Amino acid sequence: MEIYTLLREFADSWMLLFLFVVFLGVVFWAFRPGSTKMYQDTANIPFRHDDKPAQSEEART
Amino acid sequence: MSNYLKLIALGLVILFSMIAANYARDIAYMVHAIIIMVISAGLFIHTLRNTDEPVLNPAPQNEYFDSVVRFGVVATAFWGVVGFLVGVIIAFQLAFPVLNFEWAQGYANFGRLRPLHTSAVIFAFGGNALIATSFYIVQRTSAARLWGGNLAWFVFWGYQLFIVLAATGYLLGGSQSKEYAEPEWYIDLWLTVVWVAYLAVFLGTVIKRKEPHIYVANWFFLAFIVTVAMLHVVNNLTIPVSIWGSKSVIVWAGVQDAMVQWWYGHNAVGFFLTAGFLGMMYYFIPKQAERPVFSYKLSIIHFWALIFLYIWAGPHHLHYTALPDWASTLGMVFSVILWMPSWGGMINGLMTLSGAWDKLRTDPVIRMMVISVGFYGMSTFEGPMMSIRAVNSLSHYTDWTIGHVHSGALGWNGMITFGALYYLTPVLWKRERLYSLRLVDYHFWLATIGIVLYAASMWVTGIMEGLMWREVDANGFLVNSFADTVAAKKPMNIVRGLGGVMFLSGALIMCYNLWMTVRRAPAKEASLSVTVPAE
Repeated sequence: MEIYTLLREFADSWMLLFLFVVFLGVVFWAFRPGSTKMYQDTANIPFRHDDKPAQSEEART
Repeated sequence: MSNYLKLIALGLVILFSMIAANYARDIAYMVHAIIIMVISAGLFIHTLRNTDEPVLNPAPQNEYFDSVVRFGVVATAFWGVVGFLVGVIIAFQLAFPVLNFEWAQGYANFGRLRPLHTSAVIFAFGGNALIATSFYIVQRTSAARLWGGNLAWFVFWGYQLFIVLAATGYLLGGSQSKEYAEPEWYIDLWLTVVWVAYLAVFLGTVIKRKEPHIYVANWFFLAFIVTVAMLHVVNNLTIPVSIWGSKSVIVWAGVQDAMVQWWYGHNAVGFFLTAGFLGMMYYFIPKQAERPVFSYKLSIIHFWALIFLYIWAGPHHLHYTALPDWASTLGMVFSVILWMPSWGGMINGLMTLSGAWDKLRTDPVIRMMVISVGFYGMSTFEGPMMSIRAVNSLSHYTDWTIGHVHSGALGWNGMITFGALYYLTPVLWKRERLYSLRLVDYHFWLATIGIVLYAASMWVTGIMEGLMWREVDANGFLVNSFADTVAAKKPMNIVRGLGGVMFLSGALIMCYNLWMTVRRAPAKEASLSVTVPAE
């Protein structure tokens, strides 16, 4: 089998399936239990440290 | 010590560009050699004068690196006006061909000015906006100073040099004739160097962040930087004909070259004009609305869906060509699926205002950001529709495409950038507020009506043109000649030019307003102006 056909068949079967599963994984990861609380904190990042960088190692204030 | 190495390097560059200017095979190459010679000579003298002088003020880690962002704001406004002005000129050149003056043939006719316009608005205006806002946002959301010290200055000035070389090259005939990738091989190499430095500064800052999480805006910026690097390199794999000339030959042949070009071209839209600007949206809309993004989970899904899908959409530019049907069908299907994440992002941006809709009445800056997201939604619906093969057979090669591009570029990219500039200027120059909100209001309405005139006239003329081209009589002969369609388009071309004039006047009002904000608006008290004690 020539390399073009081989790659193309791989791309529209296993690779497609793999990428789709990765995407589903991302969706489940976003909605995993306990994520809401963590993302609330992450979504508030723009409202901290407006004027100067954080001084300590841990930035959350 | 490093200054001596710099002097040796600059001296070699000066010598090489002198030889290059002497042996140059074409005018664009010669002018560029002279530009590089003059700039390196200036840098040589500057470095020489500072050698063995005491070094003042090393980068203070307890302050943000904002001077480069301030320069970026000025450059964005400047290149914006230049790009819009050239756009207005070429719009009227299309309506009134006499404006392609005889004395300026070969330098300022439509063919030479058109890439100048597209590159000035996309890469000079948009690119500077992206570099400036990404440097601002990555510092705030990482709670860390930019990594790499003066490397950020290299990115800024190196990018300006890229713009100047590209723009002067177009006027002098230095173009490799790939849409949105016109700059010649040595300019491409220079941009690659600047871009790697940009990636290093951005990634370095993300890596040394003090926040435990990487805020979503930085994900979009990082995707933009990495993907543009990949696209730029693959689409510009050329072999120079001579090291003393600007011409080069691409390594791809035939339909592969066309596919690589539109893989590049559509992802320039997808990652430069969409992902990067979504990074701006995810920071500036929450900041201006003073509330966090509507759904952080949706923003994660938005990001990954967009990244997975956009890269496949390119072949829809090549319907009914030598490209195999399966490839153009693939591009079409992915373009239609892409509608969903695009609208997910639009909903996320708009719903961030839920509970604060009253701000639309009082704050023209947030109105600008909201209408930009509205235009994003409109053009990401129009785009998938136009990518469908049957629709494309009517719309392709007509002015409908031009209208679509401008509702996205003027509406989405332009408006969100204006919003960001209005947000950034008082903050960066430590002013209490903008000089005049009423002028922002004028800008908003001039720009919005300008875009509506532009898009509406291009819909009409595009569909008319498409129908005229395909009209056949009873015997199967074409009814209209090409010149007939050109004549029929004249009124719409004039309306389009007027829309451009309105958009340009809005941008000029913005420049005046920003200038007066820096000069006249009351300085901000306390919080920002207090000096931070050194650790």
